[in-house]
Amino acid sequence: MGKEALSADVDLSHVDYPAVQQSPEFQELRKTHRSFVFPVLGVCLAWYLAYVLLAVYAVDFMSTRVFGSINVAMILGLAQVVTTFAVTMWYVHFANKRLDPKAEAIRDEIETGLFEEAGEEVNR
Amino acid sequence: MLRFEAASSSPGEPWLNIAIFGAFVAITMVIVFRASRNNKTAADYYAAGRSFTGGQNGSAIAGDYLSAASFLGIVGAIAMTGYDGFLYSIGFLVAWLVALLLVAELLRNTGKFTMADVLSFRLKQRPVRIAAATTTLVVCFFYLLAQMAGAGGLVSLLLGIGDQVGQAVVITVVGALMILYVLVGGMKGTTWVQIIKAVLLIAGAGVMTVWVLALNGFDFSALLDRAVEVTENPAILDPGLKYGVSEIAKIDFVSLGLALVLGTAALPHVLMRFYTVPTAKEARKSVVWAIWLIGIFYVFTLVLGYGAAALVGPEVIAAAPGGPNSAAPLLAFALGGPLLLGLISAVAFATILAVVAGLTITAAASFAHDIYASVVKKGKPEPGAEVKVARRTVVIIGIVAIIGGIGANGQNIAFLVALAFAVAASANLPTIVYSLFWKGFTTRGALWSMYGGLVSAIVLIAFSPVVSGSETSMLKTEAIDFAIFPLSNPGIVSIPLAFFLGWIVSVLDKRREDPLKQSEMEVRSLTGLGAEKAVHH
Repeated sequence: MGKEALSADVDLSHVDYPAVQQSPEFQELRKTHRSFVFPVLGVCLAWYLAYVLLAVYAVDFMSTRVFGSINVAMILGLAQVVTTFAVTMWYVHFANKRLDPKAEAIRDEIETGLFEEAGEEVNR
Repeated sequence: MLRFEAASSSPGEPWLNIAIFGAFVAITMVIVFRASRNNKTAADYYAAGRSFTGGQNGSAIAGDYLSAASFLGIVGAIAMTGYDGFLYSIGFLVAWLVALLLVAELLRNTGKFTMADVLSFRLKQRPVRIAAATTTLVVCFFYLLAQMAGAGGLVSLLLGIGDQVGQAVVITVVGALMILYVLVGGMKGTTWVQIIKAVLLIAGAGVMTVWVLALNGFDFSALLDRAVEVTENPAILDPGLKYGVSEIAKIDFVSLGLALVLGTAALPHVLMRFYTVPTAKEARKSVVWAIWLIGIFYVFTLVLGYGAAALVGPEVIAAAPGGPNSAAPLLAFALGGPLLLGLISAVAFATILAVVAGLTITAAASFAHDIYASVVKKGKPEPGAEVKVARRTVVIIGIVAIIGGIGANGQNIAFLVALAFAVAASANLPTIVYSLFWKGFTTRGALWSMYGGLVSAIVLIAFSPVVSGSETSMLKTEAIDFAIFPLSNPGIVSIPLAFFLGWIVSVLDKRREDPLKQSEMEVRSLTGLGAEKAVHH
């Protein structure tokens, strides 16, 4: 764990959660998180549903041969696997870059007790 | 072309299969004993001291998730009904995006051991915990019964034991081994069994995949051509053989797809795995590893399914003991003879063992932590009493699993896995999502959503064609017919219903929940503040 204090060891009983929740830093983190996960998941689920509906209601289209005996259904099925992998890597990149630093800054401020006094300039 | 005797005897050498499985048990047992010397506290027993890395936990998740149904079932389904088997597996994979994007990290940050920890965080403890523990136990029970029922068929296929008594003995041995692993090893032992099994399963499937492709000049199209030639049915390459036979079957598959894609992120035994890592970041890494391993594995099963159709043939598969479930083992035999069959058989047994162990520790943790410690003892159990209760629960669940497995042996209860996903998606997911993301959610809304989802899913199944009305139903007769609900999968009705109930009841509820708790939960879930880190000894 190194130099970082274990979160569980820090006394959190005096943390003013509503104040943290209302702070601009936290609202920013919340917005960043939601504006990524909701639309991305929505599109992925819609894409999956489209695939399922095509497979059961558009059999002729899905049975069209593309290369040799490989048909549209095989390609779309493998495309589902590929998009799942791609979204996974995209989210990891996004979370490491955009979410973790914000979350860490807020956590540090609370744990070092600086949240109320220096909420604005710490970790800018 | 290889041909097998279509009697109840097993291809290959049963003693070799047993020896390889015995070696697996011996090796994992040593690891479990070594890993579990520090199992003292509840965090050790339920959450392996939060000491696993993302990679280890991701492999364990894959080991937990890729059940015998995934491996034997999907290869068999592709071999017999072609593309529709693959269609089925895609839902199992895409579902992980829900876990990754919505659930894993936030859950890791707000809970300690069980799903109920998160759901009752900002609502009224007692009623919500009881409801969450109930749905946890129901999902685990259905899943467990499905796994144990499959064990009997596997025994007849792999060990050549055809009679009921012999199969009962083997089911008892598998159940007893599972109890030993979980009792001694707790979550640490269970995790190691799952990791080792995942590595063996994916490596074994990978070797077979490369082998099948090599036999066809690494040309997937040529493999498909050969499968069409052997089966004399070009339609196996197209969707529709299984799920396209009627309008009801089509809607039924959409319903199933919905339950698969929304149920995974709400399976209690999957959720519990997120507590075995020290941080939300490691929970994220776990899901990434799991997604890669599971995705690659399902691509392998596509090749193996068509490989079994091409190299073994549907007639031989249909005539073998275990039917479609025998496709993967028969393909192993066709490729690598008795030795590869022995390895794949051992992996299949290890699969049942690992999945059942994961389910058992989840159910035991939920009972001991949610019902005993939090509800009965009001959050103040005697020191050490909670783990003691958990261990006793493990033994009871193990015995129930053995009896259930013997009783269900040969019964047509494959629908139980799909039902477990439907119950998870309807009873758990709405409450998980609402309590993490919606401020206005109330205790009453949670209870209506959980019990409404649970009861509607089970009642719809009871009045569906899988239970009564035909020779292939659970009751195995046309004489008794109360199948007034036309679909075999309740998800398309029960999931929206549970989401609706959670919303409408919360909106109409005049009592507000504690806003301080809501603030705390939201701050903790997104920042990871106060989340317990790894316990070092």
